Amino acid sequence: MIKTLLQQVKQYKRASILTPTFTALEVLMEVLIPFVTASIIDKGIEAGDMRQVYLYGGIMLGMAFFSLLFGYLAGRCAARASCGFAANLRQSIFEKVQTFSFSNIDKYSTAGLVTRMTTDVTNIQNAYQMCLRIAVRAPLMLLCSMFMCFFISVKLSTIFLIAMVILGVALFLIMNRTTKIFREVFHRYDDLNAEVQENVTAIRVVKAFVRETHENEKFGKAVQTLYSLFVKAESKLALNNPIMMFVVYGCILALSWFGAKLIVAGDLTTGNLTSLFSYVMGVLMSLMMLSMIFVMLTMSVASAERICEVLNETPDMPTADKPLTEIRDGSIDFDHVDFSYRHGSGEKVLQDINLHIHSGETIGIIGATGSGKSSLVSLISRLYDVDRGSVRVGGVDVMKYDIEALRNQVAVVLQKNELFSGTILDNLRWGKEDATEEECKAACRAAAADEFIDRFPDGYQTHIEQGGTNVSGGQKQRLCIARALLKHPKILILDDSTSAVDTATDAKIRKAFAEQIPETTKLIVSQRVSGVRDSDRILVLDGGKISGFASHEELLQTNTIYREIYEAQTQGGGDFDQPSDGGKKENV
Amino acid sequence: MKQTVKDGKARKMPVLKRVLSYMLKNYKFSFFVVILCIVGSALASVSGVLFAQELIDDYITPLASSASPDFSALASAILRVALIYVFGILCAYGYNRIMVNISQGTMRRLRLDLFQHMESLPIRYFDTHAHGDIMSVYTNDVDTLRQLISQSIPQWINSSVTILTTFISMLVLDIPLTILTAAMIGVMALVSLKIAKKSSLYFVWQQNDLGEVNGYIEEMMAGQKVVKVFCHEEKNIEQFRKENERLRQSAEKAHTYANISMPVNANIGNISYVLCAVVGAIFALRGYFGLTLGALVSFMTLNKNGTQPVSQISQQMNSIVMAMAGAQRIFDLLDEEPEINNGYVTLVNAEDKDGMLTETDHRTGLWAWKHPHQADGSVTYTRLCGDIVFDDVDFGYDEGKIVLHNIKLYATPGQKIAFVGSTGAGKTTITNLINRFYDIADGKIRYDGININKIKKEDLRRSLGMVLQDTHLFTGTVMENIRYGRLDATDEECIAAAKLANADDFIRRLPDGYGTVLTGDGANLSQGQRQLLAIARAAVADPPVLILDEATSSIDTHTEALVQEGMDRLMKGRTTFVIAHRLSTVKNADCIMVLEHGRIIERGTHDQLLAQQGKYYSLYTGNAIGA
Repeated sequence: MIKTLLQQVKQYKRASILTPTFTALEVLMEVLIPFVTASIIDKGIEAGDMRQVYLYGGIMLGMAFFSLLFGYLAGRCAARASCGFAANLRQSIFEKVQTFSFSNIDKYSTAGLVTRMTTDVTNIQNAYQMCLRIAVRAPLMLLCSMFMCFFISVKLSTIFLIAMVILGVALFLIMNRTTKIFREVFHRYDDLNAEVQENVTAIRVVKAFVRETHENEKFGKAVQTLYSLFVKAESKLALNNPIMMFVVYGCILALSWFGAKLIVAGDLTTGNLTSLFSYVMGVLMSLMMLSMIFVMLTMSVASAERICEVLNETPDMPTADKPLTEIRDGSIDFDHVDFSYRHGSGEKVLQDINLHIHSGETIGIIGATGSGKSSLVSLISRLYDVDRGSVRVGGVDVMKYDIEALRNQVAVVLQKNELFSGTILDNLRWGKEDATEEECKAACRAAAADEFIDRFPDGYQTHIEQGGTNVSGGQKQRLCIARALLKHPKILILDDSTSAVDTATDAKIRKAFAEQIPETTKLIVSQRVSGVRDSDRILVLDGGKISGFASHEELLQTNTIYREIYEAQTQGGGDFDQPSDGGKKENV
Repeated sequence: MKQTVKDGKARKMPVLKRVLSYMLKNYKFSFFVVILCIVGSALASVSGVLFAQELIDDYITPLASSASPDFSALASAILRVALIYVFGILCAYGYNRIMVNISQGTMRRLRLDLFQHMESLPIRYFDTHAHGDIMSVYTNDVDTLRQLISQSIPQWINSSVTILTTFISMLVLDIPLTILTAAMIGVMALVSLKIAKKSSLYFVWQQNDLGEVNGYIEEMMAGQKVVKVFCHEEKNIEQFRKENERLRQSAEKAHTYANISMPVNANIGNISYVLCAVVGAIFALRGYFGLTLGALVSFMTLNKNGTQPVSQISQQMNSIVMAMAGAQRIFDLLDEEPEINNGYVTLVNAEDKDGMLTETDHRTGLWAWKHPHQADGSVTYTRLCGDIVFDDVDFGYDEGKIVLHNIKLYATPGQKIAFVGSTGAGKTTITNLINRFYDIADGKIRYDGININKIKKEDLRRSLGMVLQDTHLFTGTVMENIRYGRLDATDEECIAAAKLANADDFIRRLPDGYGTVLTGDGANLSQGQRQLLAIARAAVADPPVLILDEATSSIDTHTEALVQEGMDRLMKGRTTFVIAHRLSTVKNADCIMVLEHGRIIERGTHDQLLAQQGKYYSLYTGNAIGA
């Protein structure tokens, strides 16, 4: 895991190495300074020698200057290294996700990916900077201070050793206990947030049933639990500071007593004693810092794991050896195709599909939810790979095409489609980067989108909000169709893409298709018989198998499923008005 | 609702002051103790430092020069200091421990206040604020505030007290040296402030860039499948590289400034130390101002101790700036106006005694509106029947943008009113007016002859059952979810409701039956099963008036039939407003309202409307062309 993360340091390796180096130098200066202070007192002040005072004062000023310089450089490098590392991590995750196939994407939720790239990366960034700066500083400080103490007086240094053991054990015990509680705390914290989330999304239910008080009480209980846990953990942490003080004060008292004896005996100078006083702090502060790092690191482990999960994900869409970039025509063939979303294990979504569609045909696809309509069309542009059998486009197995070339020729308008923030023109040009405004307008006319775009005050320059929230469901669908049309594809697949468009407009769009792009093979997945009845042939799917594949009239005669759907929708029992935005309707 | 009347002054207060007064509200005494403890512990530490002077001047120097050193005086002095230290340690523990209660207690109160206030906000608030933003107040903003309260504030107090006590001790030891040190501390504070200003400026930039990067990530992750379909990966990576690089740069600057403040301060401290040493040495050697060697040594330690808190304070600057932004968002939510709820007509259990309605405190199955009249102080009781009248109602989500025009309708008890029409015609909006999710702009809605604005919202909503199109379920068992409809319903009543809703069958087949725990909005159930539960939930509430929004989402044929049956049973004998998608529902309706662009364009029964050959006819025949 650590290896995966460290690979992302890349161009910031230099800064990452320089940071601890400069920090080490800075620590060295800091450790030496009390030593010089001692000399000022012993050799200068006590000896009454002003020259020595100036000399050591000068040395100390010089050291302070270098300490400042190294400290500055270390701070800069640390910022550079950690921010750069974080940027690399974000970039790598983002790029990794771009290589994901649909089945990779299905594994992660949008929120999960966003958290990884934001909160988790920030956690790692902080932990990394902490490591670079303090992980070197603390042990080094500890070692140097100890060394200096031993240098001054071996006898008095044993006091430090005892103090360190006491503090170390105490800190370990506290940390050990609290990290356990904190883990529980975070768990509860998630629950609490889940409860808030639930209330935010279901506020209408809460209000409709007048359950505000009930929810408040429930939340109050959860908050109380969290409070108790937090208090339990933090009251243990509150011992940290007093214990630290206890050890420091103990050291000072012991130093005073034994130091006085040594000075009287002539084995120690007054200056040395004051230096020792300042090393007490140094030694114990480093221990404190080490325990802090320990906590920080344990907290960031979860983040690191989540990031690595994405970075180590392997895109499961093999590319062809010598990919073909030319697609002859828009014919489609399915040969004994089996498909499941979890290869090998999961339930079979499609079973033994055999299908031959000629170039330029218009094919309607109808069937109940879960009958495999979307799955079937998604195989054509290799959004997913088949388990068994083969799908051929233009007579060639889709596996042999360059994926980009294939997807440019097979345009899919997804069921759950998205527009991106930017103008309408920007969005349309996703289909064809260099499309002229005229081309875009033509595509919009075919998709019956021109009528509402023209009514916008800014027309084609209208800004679409993130997620397309400022256009209605039907308008969004029509824009998505126009965007796909701009690709001038050989095959156009509409996966229930007009569900929020009223039947009249729907018919108009289909008419435009027939007139303007007769050569393009058109596959129209729909819930409405009216959406497919004038297709050349209609494919009826049932439980992942083909139930019928013929014209409207023929199917009415021969296919019971089709007839039932037809009757339900025209005679009664079914719904007749348009469904709400984004809502898919089911009439079977 | 305590928050209804908000102190106008509280809003104008600067954020930091408001945070403090919020924290102090319940913990004035505790906080006072904390300050005492901090002072105690700081005094102990200063007196410890001063002891160094005594040690050298009064004990070590005389002892070193005496022929037969007697350590007993030193021993008692050390014992005395030890006692002071023990006092200091106790104080330190005291304030650390009390601070836990204060900070966590404040967090508890804050979370509860936020939540309770949120529950009291009108639906409009949730329409106009992204759910992610609301969530982030609870997670990010509360968290930064927690750090502020539990770390930064005690740190500030501690540092200030230390600076003060150190300064006083310094004055006691030597005045000229103190002035010198104070000057150096002044320089330090100035430099710190400069750095802090710069760094908080860059931190704000960083936050902005971070916001943009987050937005971009969110958008692209949500649209990842579309990106793949259009082979837009390369372009996205390029775009992201740009945004990411901008963030990296501002982050690097912000962190650089934050990182260098510590070494800069520490070394100004070092310089101050050298200056003191040199000047002090001159004084001590020449005997100016009666400065002794021991006093100088003590002073040197004080000098070091005095500069530390200054750099600590400056270190906290950034977290304070960041926490303030968070606190601002928290208070923004707390300052949102809650739903207006000044109705005075309440719903009570009633008994019918010889045609006269009287109020009782037990459930009789008979409900009445209790209507106190302000003019003469009398109280009248009106039987709850479910008679609803819309009198020329206009409504708009935004002021001046009317979406419903001149809506007139009446429903007598037990009637079934169906709304049909295309998306955006205003069907859902009308039903949202009955339970006052939104307030009307013009006209009147009467419920059993009472203007609904006069009815207390809780009571109004309690009399209305709702089955929404999006069924929201809560974390908890199936039984708890059904009981949501009426909290005092017994298990038997819940099961009876489930049976009525046709939900009993599938519930019994769940691994733990009614005890099965649902999580994540009932993610482990199918859409149809969730709808059945929602029907059961409404059934257990047993309201006289029902508002049903028939779901259009995918359900298999079998469940669809079950849902239909459950709905029909639920509607029996109740005034029902139904947003209909199913023909059978519409056919059975007493009156059908055909809506278009916020107006009722046709009304009547199924047969009447078919005869009209208008919009309804074209919808019904599925041939909307030309309509």
